[in-house]
Amino acid sequence: MSLAEDTPPRATGFRFERWAPLILLAGAALIYVAVAIGTGQAQYLTLDNLIAILGRSIALGITAIGQTFVILVASIDLSVASLISATAVLASVVMDGAPAMILPAILAALALGALVGVCNGLMVSALKVNPLIATLGMSLIIQGCLSAFVSNFAGKVPVAFQVFAYGEIGPFPLALIFLALMAALAWAVLRFTRFGSDIYAVGGNEEAARFAGIKTGRVVILTHVICSVCAAIAGLYLASRLRSGAPWIGSDGVYDLESIAVVVIGGTVLAGGRGGIWGTMAGMLIFSLIDSVFNIAGVDSFAKQVLRGIIIVAAVAFYAIRSKRIVA
Amino acid sequence: MTAPAPGSAPMIEMKGITKTFPGVRALSDVSFDVRAGEVQALVGENGAGKSTLIKILSGVYRADSGAVLLNGEPVHFAHPVESLRAGIAVIYQEFSLLPERTVAQNLFLGREPRTRFGLIDGARMRRETREVLSLFAAAGRIDPDRIVGTLDVATQQVVEIAKAVSTGARVVVMDEPTAALNEAECEELFATVDTLRTRGVAIIYITHRMREIARLADRVTVLKDGEVAARFDEVPEPAEIVRAMVGRDIADFYAAPATAGEIGPPVLTVRGGGNAVLKGIDLEVKAGEIVGLAGIQGAGRVALAMALFGQAPFERGEVTLSGERVDFRSPRAAILGGVGLLPGDRKSEGLVLMQSVRDNGMLTSRAFAPLWASDRRNAHADTTGMDGLLDRMEIRAASYDQDIRALSGGNQQKAIVARWLSMRPKLLIFIEPTRGIDVNAKAGIYHLMRDLAREGAGILMISSDLPEVIGAADRVLVMQEGRIVAAFGRGASEQEIMHAATGGAEVAA
Repeated sequence: MSLAEDTPPRATGFRFERWAPLILLAGAALIYVAVAIGTGQAQYLTLDNLIAILGRSIALGITAIGQTFVILVASIDLSVASLISATAVLASVVMDGAPAMILPAILAALALGALVGVCNGLMVSALKVNPLIATLGMSLIIQGCLSAFVSNFAGKVPVAFQVFAYGEIGPFPLALIFLALMAALAWAVLRFTRFGSDIYAVGGNEEAARFAGIKTGRVVILTHVICSVCAAIAGLYLASRLRSGAPWIGSDGVYDLESIAVVVIGGTVLAGGRGGIWGTMAGMLIFSLIDSVFNIAGVDSFAKQVLRGIIIVAAVAFYAIRSKRIVA
Repeated sequence: MTAPAPGSAPMIEMKGITKTFPGVRALSDVSFDVRAGEVQALVGENGAGKSTLIKILSGVYRADSGAVLLNGEPVHFAHPVESLRAGIAVIYQEFSLLPERTVAQNLFLGREPRTRFGLIDGARMRRETREVLSLFAAAGRIDPDRIVGTLDVATQQVVEIAKAVSTGARVVVMDEPTAALNEAECEELFATVDTLRTRGVAIIYITHRMREIARLADRVTVLKDGEVAARFDEVPEPAEIVRAMVGRDIADFYAAPATAGEIGPPVLTVRGGGNAVLKGIDLEVKAGEIVGLAGIQGAGRVALAMALFGQAPFERGEVTLSGERVDFRSPRAAILGGVGLLPGDRKSEGLVLMQSVRDNGMLTSRAFAPLWASDRRNAHADTTGMDGLLDRMEIRAASYDQDIRALSGGNQQKAIVARWLSMRPKLLIFIEPTRGIDVNAKAGIYHLMRDLAREGAGILMISSDLPEVIGAADRVLVMQEGRIVAAFGRGASEQEIMHAATGGAEVAA
């Protein structure tokens, strides 16, 4: 609307969107502390317990890092849960208890992830299939193929590989440090590289990005590869943690929808072009803190599910209302 | 202001309107009136307060003080729906039509006639649609069952206006209605406005184009900095209106043409270029010259730009850029080869609205930066000299960190120009460079184009604004049905160009 151009510009100072995930995180932490003290269970307020809380969401965190990339280019990936199952089973079957097969198994899982990512990316960018449909289809294909071969835990992960999930460096689990490093790497890619700025440009306005000389198709494909490879890593982690792979571990963890929820709670806009990794990490923390609150307070699992649903919607409404006030 | 003649009391009168936003006085003591059966042109630069005034009239905003009178009765609209019910319709540039529904369904949206069984009475809806459309010149072409999205922009606009009329609008506000129209379509719109006028509708017509004011307006009100700068009961010379808008004379609206010494060797040569749209394109653009490209919508002008830019490449013929044979298959290849393009639709093709002014300026340079680039997105400091380029463009922004969507169209356009400056292109293609931007900013863009040409770039300017093509370009080429059909030197007339563009057919009156 050209009339909109006449409206006076607003002063830019404090950028709410930038800090919103932190505000939500602080809120969640406060509630956690209050519930722990209120129910007289101060033993939950230790560093060890905090680490334990984080440890439960490592697979989700890794998946959500990948999901952040595709959502930033205004795409989405619903195939991550199936891919997690597939790569966990693949790794577990290839290793089958033999330490010598660890490296081949890892490479096979990552290759499968990259392949799925390329397919997703091509469907979205070259065939112009709506990403929701493209990745839902991919999810069904993966799950179908997987179920044709295995129906329960298959293969065995050697002890050497279980270090990934159970190893510790000082007080910190190895996997937690790994997650932090992945997040830092993803942040650096988004912040400091040409690829990172291409992602924000394509998500912000694909047409303008193409006219500015960005190969938009390639950017979309690459983000899908990153997303699927992250899911493959999450699959490897779960295989290590469960000591084997099963075809239902991805769907059991609802990693597809939960990773999207975490990204969105972290302030990344589904329409693309705005958001980032630290928001996603805050979203993951919020999610695990809420879970812990429910555990401490002894909320039953069905009520828990309902409350989580409400919290997701409320968080997104919080952003929507706030950013409307800024834009209007 | 002269007292209105008896029998022509104002239909709408706004008296002493003042509106303040936090930190900004948008309107102060603005009075304004429109009579039935007249076109009142409302002009002013972006930011002058036109939109605020219209938003108060239509109930989007509430005035701090002052009164709005409809037929002499004070009214208070708290919501746009209330003003619509009172008979005030605002036609925005972005239409409120549903593209996937038919013309009749759109016209009767939300108030569909019912049969006695409570079902929608399709026959009556079509009949009444035809009745309303018959008021307009273009009506013969519009089938009530036609899906709106399949109509061209001008016809959609007729539907939008017909919708306003069918809801009983007595006051129609038009916001730059010709921004997306070509010459022939403009004529159709003017005819529609004439129809409304003879039916006694009061029309408030917002525009930046002096020619439209001369053609349509009965009276002119000029806003500047939230105040009425001038009121004309008869349409004056364009220069007088511009002076009131800008507060000074624009002595040299267009930059001086290129002198013989400034024109260098050919930058671009196309021989026999063709693809699905284009046929036998022979074209030469020299360093230091601005070549205007005129033609009606669909003549292939944008297709030619997209072929040169690698977006929809040539399939035949040969293209030479600075003496080298090139065949660009993507925009990225074209940019690497030294071609820049300013798209016709700033918002959908040019800008990332949610990013800052600086980020938008750096969009292209960053796309070609090394993999681990130092020029970070969202950097709150200038790292590549982009701020210097933005300064040179004289962009008016609170800060270059500001989201670009808050800027006026002219300033947004300048940011896109700055984007190309950093790439030092040999050939720059401007598509509708001044669409929807105000007079002052237009002059700025013309001078900028000339400066770029003087620095050795060849410039191809596609425009549907004929005075602009004539005034700003050194040569004018005319396209029709995918071919270049005529070439004019400086000093061609609008009639000559229009004649060539329409294949010799008479321009619709």
